[in-house]
Amino acid sequence: MRDVAIIGVGCTTFGEKWQSSFRHLFVEAGALALEDAQLSGEKIDAMYVGNMSAGRFIEQEHIGALIADYAGMATRHIPSTRVEAACASGGLAFRQAVIAVASGMEDIVVAAGVEKMTDVEPGASTDTLTGAADREWEGFVGATFPGLYAMIATDYMHRYPLTREQLAQVSVKNHYNGARNPIAQYQQEITIGTVLRSTMVAEPLRLFDCSPITDGAAAVIVAPLDRAREFTDTPIKVLASAQASDTIALHDRRDISTLDASVAAGKQAFKMAKLSHKDIDMVEVHDCFSIAEICAIEDLGFCKKGEAGKFTADGETALSGKIPVNTSGGLKACGHPVGATGIKQVCEIVQQLRNEAGKRQIDGAKIGMTHNVGGTGATVAVHILGRV
Amino acid sequence: MSVARFWRKIPQRYNLIGTRCETCGRHFFPPRTFCPDCRRNGKIVDHKFAGKGTVVTYTIIHTANEQFEALTPYVLAIIQLDEGPRMTSQIVCRPDEVKIGMRVKSVFRKIATDGRSGIIHYGTKFVPEE
Repeated sequence: MRDVAIIGVGCTTFGEKWQSSFRHLFVEAGALALEDAQLSGEKIDAMYVGNMSAGRFIEQEHIGALIADYAGMATRHIPSTRVEAACASGGLAFRQAVIAVASGMEDIVVAAGVEKMTDVEPGASTDTLTGAADREWEGFVGATFPGLYAMIATDYMHRYPLTREQLAQVSVKNHYNGARNPIAQYQQEITIGTVLRSTMVAEPLRLFDCSPITDGAAAVIVAPLDRAREFTDTPIKVLASAQASDTIALHDRRDISTLDASVAAGKQAFKMAKLSHKDIDMVEVHDCFSIAEICAIEDLGFCKKGEAGKFTADGETALSGKIPVNTSGGLKACGHPVGATGIKQVCEIVQQLRNEAGKRQIDGAKIGMTHNVGGTGATVAVHILGRV
Repeated sequence: MSVARFWRKIPQRYNLIGTRCETCGRHFFPPRTFCPDCRRNGKIVDHKFAGKGTVVTYTIIHTANEQFEALTPYVLAIIQLDEGPRMTSQIVCRPDEVKIGMRVKSVFRKIATDGRSGIIHYGTKFVPEE
C-alpha cells in the first residue's frame, strides 16, 4: 500500500443557501480545493462524492456523473462514484479516495461531499433523515432521528452521571468554536440557558441539542505522499483510515449508550497509525446531537465511560482543554449538510495541522482525528491525519 | 407507502409474528430470515410473541414527522420482549407515567394514515401492564 496525502481542501460556507443549487455548491467546493492544491482539473484521475439523499432532497439521482459533468470532467470521462452511508457518506467517500490512491489504481483523486437540504419543507427533510435508521421498524412506529438519540440520552442519564447542564455545555462549547469559524452556519455564542430554554424536541433533547438542516459542500484532493510536494509545501498524511458497521436499528444494539462501531473503528485506526488517544491534538466528532458527542469522546477513548459529562463541563474538550473537540463548531454550530459533513471534518483538521485555523487554532497541532457516524451508529468512519 | 409494502408485513405488525432459530433457540423481532449466530446452519421458523415486555429506554416526542404530528406529545420506547429481542414502539400512557423497567403489554392500534385518502396503518403499540 502506498502512503497517501491530502494536497488540497475546500469548503463552501454552510447555511440555508437559498441562492445556491446542488451543482453550484459542489462546483464551488471543488474549485476551492483545486485552487488550494494549485492543481488544474486535467490532472484529476477519479472522483468520489458523498451524498445521502439527493433523490429525496432535490429528486436527482446519478450524482457521480452529475458532479463530474458540472466540474468540467465529462469529456475526460474520468470515473466518478457516489458513496452513500447516510450521515457518514462523506467519511466513506474520503476513505474510498484514500483506498484508490493507496492501491496504486489512481494518483490524484477528489473526495467531495454535498447536500442540498432546504429545497424541501422542513417536515420532508426530517422524514428523509429518518431513512438513515430502520424505516420499517423505527420510522414506521413514529421514531424521529432526534427521538432515537433522545432514547440514547435517557438510557445514558439513567446509568451514568450526566446532568442536563453538562449536556448543554456540549452545544455551548460548539457554538463558541463556531463563532470563530467563518464558514459556520451559526457564528453566535450561546449560554446553557439558551439550550435549556429552547423548544423541546424529544425529551430530554431540546432544539439547541440538535444539529440543524444545512446546505453545503466540501472537497479534498488526495495524492500519493511521494508526489505531494509537487502540489503543496504542507502535505497532510493520512495516518489511518478505518470503517465499521453495526445493526441498522438502535433497539438491536448490544448497549444503547455505546456506539460499538465507533469503538471498533477507533481501535482499528489507532492500531493502523500505531498511535493512542494521547497522541491526538484535536478531534472532529459526529455531534449530530449533544448526547452523540458525549458518547463519541468515550467510545474513542478520550475519557472513561460515564465521565464525558464532567470532562466536558471541566472544559477539557474546549479549545484550551486537554483534547479540543469539534474546533470547527461541529455539526451543531458549523452545520450538518449530511453528505458533506465527513469531508468538512477532514478540511477542518487539515486547516488546524497547517496552522490556518485562525481564531480557533490549536497551537502546535501535529495530529488530528475525524469521526463520522451514519444513522444512530450503523456506520462509522474514523481517520487520523498528521503533519509530515 | 404502497399497499403491497404495508400488506406484506401485516402478520408481523398486527400479531407480533416474528421468527425463531430452531438450531440455537434465539428469537427475532423484528423478524430475521437469517440467524446471525448459526448463519447457514440456522433453521428459521415463525414465532408468535406473547407481547409482554419491559421498557429499556424511552423519549417523549414533541416534534414529530408529519404523519405523527397530531399525536404529540407521545411516548416512544425500546421494549425488551420477554422472549429476548428488543423492538421500538409507542407506549399509550401519560408522558409522566413511563419509567425504565416498567412492564408493558402489546395492544392493536392505529399507527398513522397516508394522507386523507391513503391507507390506514395499523400495528402494535404497548400499554402499561396492570
